[in-house]
Amino acid sequence: MENFEPVIVAFCCHYCAYTAADMAGSQRLTYPANIKIIRVPCSGKVDAIHIIKAFEKGADGVYVAGCLDGDCHFKNGNNRASRRVEYVQKYLDEIGIGGERLEMVKMSAGMGYLFAKIASEMTEKIRKLGPSPVRPLTVQASQPTAS
Amino acid sequence: MITAERKPLEELIEFVRPFKRILLVGCNECVTVCSAGGRKEVGLLASGLKMALLQSGNTIEIREHTLERQCDPEYIDELLPMIDGVDAVMSMACGCGVQEVARRYKNMPVFPAVNTKFMGASERPGVWAERCQGCGNCLLGVTGGICPIARCSKRLMNGPCGGSVTGKCEISQDVDCAWQLIWDRLKELGLEDQYLKIIPAKDWRTAGGGGPRKIIREDLTA
Ligand code: SF4
Ligand code: SF4
Repeated sequence: MENFEPVIVAFCCHYCAYTAADMAGSQRLTYPANIKIIRVPCSGKVDAIHIIKAFEKGADGVYVAGCLDGDCHFKNGNNRASRRVEYVQKYLDEIGIGGERLEMVKMSAGMGYLFAKIASEMTEKIRKLGPSPVRPLTVQASQPTAS
Repeated sequence: MITAERKPLEELIEFVRPFKRILLVGCNECVTVCSAGGRKEVGLLASGLKMALLQSGNTIEIREHTLERQCDPEYIDELLPMIDGVDAVMSMACGCGVQEVARRYKNMPVFPAVNTKFMGASERPGVWAERCQGCGNCLLGVTGGICPIARCSKRLMNGPCGGSVTGKCEISQDVDCAWQLIWDRLKELGLEDQYLKIIPAKDWRTAGGGGPRKIIREDLTA
């Protein structure tokens, strides 16, 4: 697995993490290309079904990035997101994928450096964990079988 | 509403493991409101089951469908075109829905995906609490609108037991004493006299003690 390049989906709030990713870019900070960003209007918009579907479709890791405590544009969407992430972590444990492949992170729009740092740390963490236990199988299962 | 909670995934995996193709059916009523078995939960469970089974090399096809209501035969008929070709049905409705699907599709193994809990109300987002046990002869009119059957741990009918301390029931600090609530409410309404009236021993036949219950409305029967 030394050449394993994880696929990581990051659900990023439009008001903070998404802008922070932009900031990282304009500051010429590098972060791994493994991160696939999905912009959401608020981290609280990310539902359990979005996270689970990301894993079903082959993600090795997922994180939800919302605003710092007290800074949510919609008051408390970030805290709702945190609780939802905890709930889905338990479900991932039940499924056998492992809750540690999912994380909640918080940052402000100006924290380009933090966005880049989290992206690298998450990539490293998932690289160590190895491919998602359902990834090779999902690829296999979606291929038409002869018979 | 009737409240429910999803069963542990492990139990559900064992139900479906022998099958290649199943139909997973949700219900748009109570179990949707208590986030146990609506369209979204059907999607979550279908993905979870598929991914869990894949890890032991099993692939399963799961058809997903959520009915407007799963305790009325008219709606259950809707499943007919989808049921063709599946090996089993898993229902995310309350026990009533599961049984109605089983009654309609006689040759089909049917499994419950949720544990049906109680008739309750939503206290605040994410919290549901028991409110009624369907005793068939409602006492709320004389108990200040608070049910001593569903909410008193001993189902007492005439005032609290000796375990009522500072408004809490002796079984737990997290449980309000129903009789304290009743007394407080009667006092607020100026209906203290009501409290002194003795509620006679209850006839539990209407509560199920007389066997399975049924309502027959002749004016509506076909
Ligand atoms: S008295 Fe009987 S019918 Fe009325 S709320 Fe209590 S259990 Fe339900
Ligand atoms: S403490 Fe109150 S609620 Fe608990 S059993 Fe006694 S009377 Fe019922």
